[in-house]
Amino acid sequence: MIKDITLGQYFPGDSVLHRMDARVKLLLTAVFIVMLFIAKGIEGLAVGIVFTVAAFLISKIPLKMMGKSLKPIIPVIIFTAVLNLVFITTGDVLWEWKFIKLTRDGLDTSLFMVIRIICLICGSSLLTYTTSPIDLTDAIEKLLSPLKKVKVPVHELAMMMTIALRFIPTLIEETDKIMSAQKARGADMETGNILQKAKALIPILIPLFVASFRHAEELALAMECRCYHGGEGRTRMKQLKMSILDLWGTLFCMVFLAGVIAVNYFTKR
Amino acid sequence: MSENFIEIKDLRFSYINDLEDPPVKTEVLKGVTLNIKKGEFVAVLGHNGSGKSTLAKCINAINLPESGGVYVAGMDTIDEMNLLPIRQRVGMVFQNPDNQIVATIVEEDVAFALENMGVAPDEIRRRVDEALKAVGMYEYRMHAPHKLSGGQKQRVAIAGIIAMRPDCILLDEPTAMLDPKGRQEVMKTIKMLNEQGVTIVLITHYMEEAAQAERVVVIDGGEVVMDDVPRKIFSQVEKMKSLGLDVPQVTELAWELQKAGYDISTEIIDEDECVAKLAELLQK
Ligand SMILES: Nc1ncnc2c1ncn2[C@@H]1O[C@H](COP(=O)(O)OP(=O)(O)O)[C@@H](O)[C@H]1O
Ligand SMILES: [Mg+2]
Repeated sequence: MIKDITLGQYFPGDSVLHRMDARVKLLLTAVFIVMLFIAKGIEGLAVGIVFTVAAFLISKIPLKMMGKSLKPIIPVIIFTAVLNLVFITTGDVLWEWKFIKLTRDGLDTSLFMVIRIICLICGSSLLTYTTSPIDLTDAIEKLLSPLKKVKVPVHELAMMMTIALRFIPTLIEETDKIMSAQKARGADMETGNILQKAKALIPILIPLFVASFRHAEELALAMECRCYHGGEGRTRMKQLKMSILDLWGTLFCMVFLAGVIAVNYFTKR
Repeated sequence: MSENFIEIKDLRFSYINDLEDPPVKTEVLKGVTLNIKKGEFVAVLGHNGSGKSTLAKCINAINLPESGGVYVAGMDTIDEMNLLPIRQRVGMVFQNPDNQIVATIVEEDVAFALENMGVAPDEIRRRVDEALKAVGMYEYRMHAPHKLSGGQKQRVAIAGIIAMRPDCILLDEPTAMLDPKGRQEVMKTIKMLNEQGVTIVLITHYMEEAAQAERVVVIDGGEVVMDDVPRKIFSQVEKMKSLGLDVPQVTELAWELQKAGYDISTEIIDEDECVAKLAELLQK
């Protein structure tokens, strides 16, 4: 059961978004974030919403996957909404109870913030849904490669990401085994207060830690045996390739960015 | 060509632990001399801690000799310039398949060595497909390695090595963590590679596997103590037992019979042979 976890949250498919170059997608995601943050009012944000919905429809990702990526941030959304509602006290008062005063401005701002966060999460999770982890690390390596000139170990960082992705399932499996082994020895992990539960984790974390060092040592050896000697002179089997789709994608994104800027300009505040 | 592909001359090697004060030196290999010809299938036996893994790591220049020398296709392992050519010609497969798979997708992992060697993308693609087909894992090329069985993972690891097109493969207890089915798959793959002319050095604890080799080298206390064809090695049952090693079950059976006074030779290493000998014995 625990073996079935998926790496990252890639959702394989064949949509236009899936076929776009990972580098372009990464950059366009950055543009998308900028787009959301420069939108001044709800009108500008509407353009961002249309873009998010359009990208979502193009990606052919099921709606419930979107729900899945939103679920963990529901507390953040609620927190933001409440904070804005309570602390913005300018504008027409809508409702009052003791010291709490809900105003028109507060409602507007909190709605604006909530929509922005939802768009942000949905839009950027489209990137991870439509791009395999390998393509993503490759794209990051390629995009950051100019930093090699200033001695940033870009290749090494990308390699570390790949290996981390590779070993997450292995370590989860190992945690499972260690937990069973400790339970069989009478370790109690379910009862007690937070402090006791945290303490019960120690006999799991230590063997896990030791095991990961052993993994690391053996893996390093195996990599050396397969002629690994850093990023220098390395080639890749799969090359990232740009196509006409990427041009269209970029244009599409730029039109919306221009749209947000235009709306900002024309709506008087 | 039957010249020596690997030449080991009076090799000595010690691990030095700098953390202790004064540094502790563990002498592991104490003068090993061993020649391995191209295309040979050599099994290496020895009890735990006898220095088998250390010897294997000396062959592909992970460990460098303290004295003596190791030559792979005439290249000295001590010369830094020879490092990558040696590792490309002598591939190594380890015991734990989990710790030698680097990538998140089978075919990406098989491509790893070739990418390191700077092979052109089209050529990598071709060799990866070829290697995966050779080990019978082609249908699994897009799978995530952690979802494969132990035997399958080990075959992927072997594919990653044969993609380099090495002349020789060192396997350090490749079947130790596998179930019987996985062991069989791996042994079949190893024998198939040997038939294609790849030199095989197989370190193992399973005597049935060693019996399938052309030659068996027994290491004890960092020295080569026996070096012969499997039949001759395993027939010396008492000597093997004194070295803390077993013999194949059929050899053991013949030996017990011999001890009980029956007229049977201990030069038996496979089942069919044993059955024939026993039938002969019963007829007498
Ligand atoms: N990295 C190391 N550092 C120190 N000692 C080691 C190291 N690796 C192995 N040894 C020691 O060297 C001896 C031989 O080990 P090894 O070659 O792994 O034996 P084998 O593979 O035959 O079981 C053992 O006594 C072991 O403790
Ligand atoms: Mg060993």
